[in-house]
Amino acid sequence: MSTTAAVIAGCVAVTVAIKAIGPVALGGRDLPRRFDAVIVLLAPALLAALVVTAALADGDRIDVGPETAGVAAGGLVAWRSGSVTACVVVAAGVTAGLRAL
Amino acid sequence: MRQGAPFAVAGGLLALSFGVVAQDVGFSAIAAIVMSALVFAGSAQFAALSILAQGGGVGAAVLAAALMNSRFLPMGVALGPSLPGGAVRRAAQGQAVVDASWAMAAREDGTFDRWLLFGATAIQYVGWVGGTVVGAFTGDLLGDAEQLGLDAIYPAFFLALLLKETRGRRAIGVAGLGAAIALALVPVAPPGVPVLAASAAALVGLRRERRDLEPEAGPRGPVEAEEHP
Repeated sequence: MSTTAAVIAGCVAVTVAIKAIGPVALGGRDLPRRFDAVIVLLAPALLAALVVTAALADGDRIDVGPETAGVAAGGLVAWRSGSVTACVVVAAGVTAGLRAL
Repeated sequence: MRQGAPFAVAGGLLALSFGVVAQDVGFSAIAAIVMSALVFAGSAQFAALSILAQGGGVGAAVLAAALMNSRFLPMGVALGPSLPGGAVRRAAQGQAVVDASWAMAAREDGTFDRWLLFGATAIQYVGWVGGTVVGAFTGDLLGDAEQLGLDAIYPAFFLALLLKETRGRRAIGVAGLGAAIALALVPVAPPGVPVLAASAAALVGLRRERRDLEPEAGPRGPVEAEEHP
């Protein structure tokens, strides 16, 4: 098996397994009610972490670059217009523009 | 499906950049498309590629993908009680979890609208695979993905989702706490772990909000509680 095929097969296996664990372990059973608020708050916690690591982390370094400014500009557009598409287009455009300078 | 559409377009642009970048680390166009079709997890796919680009092996690349996907563990735990059927059927339904759909399908009471999850994911899947196909076959014409700013699409995508889905002071506070935890861990933890650890910020939810505290204060009913503020 080539490296590429092995990486793809491995990624498929771990992704399927990780996505299956929660539903199999907890399907049909309710979590205690006091966890409801925790579940509702998981989304902002995880999404915010994804944003800052993707926009500010380069490997194990914190790195402020053109993409950081691009993402901030995209965020402004998303906040004002509510459009996801406009947000990503502006983010890419500002990032590309700053890199071209 | 309609609610998933904007994310499908944005995800398609992201997938396009994946199709371009994959070939820089030695993937054939077909391999890039197969990976998107079977793995369907953007951050994990990019994580695996970046390990290969740094000269890492198969094990390290798969581990990076697994860590990046580890956030789907708490998401799956949250979703579990909302899925019907036996273990195999629930495991299959759990595959529909992707960030945007999961966040949109979450209801105020902690349950999930599973049909919204499936529909929003289905259209994003089309966008994801379609974007990869375009990127894989037109990469040579497009040139450098970084020059085009395509790497900014992924964080911008999640920022738009965060702004859309975060309501209320407590949720905003938790978002800030999650971001702080993730940034603090970036220098010391392997990629993916900071995001998983940030899920701990949601434990703030175990503390009841002030207005919920009053009926718990004792066996008194709400009317009496008003008489003894």
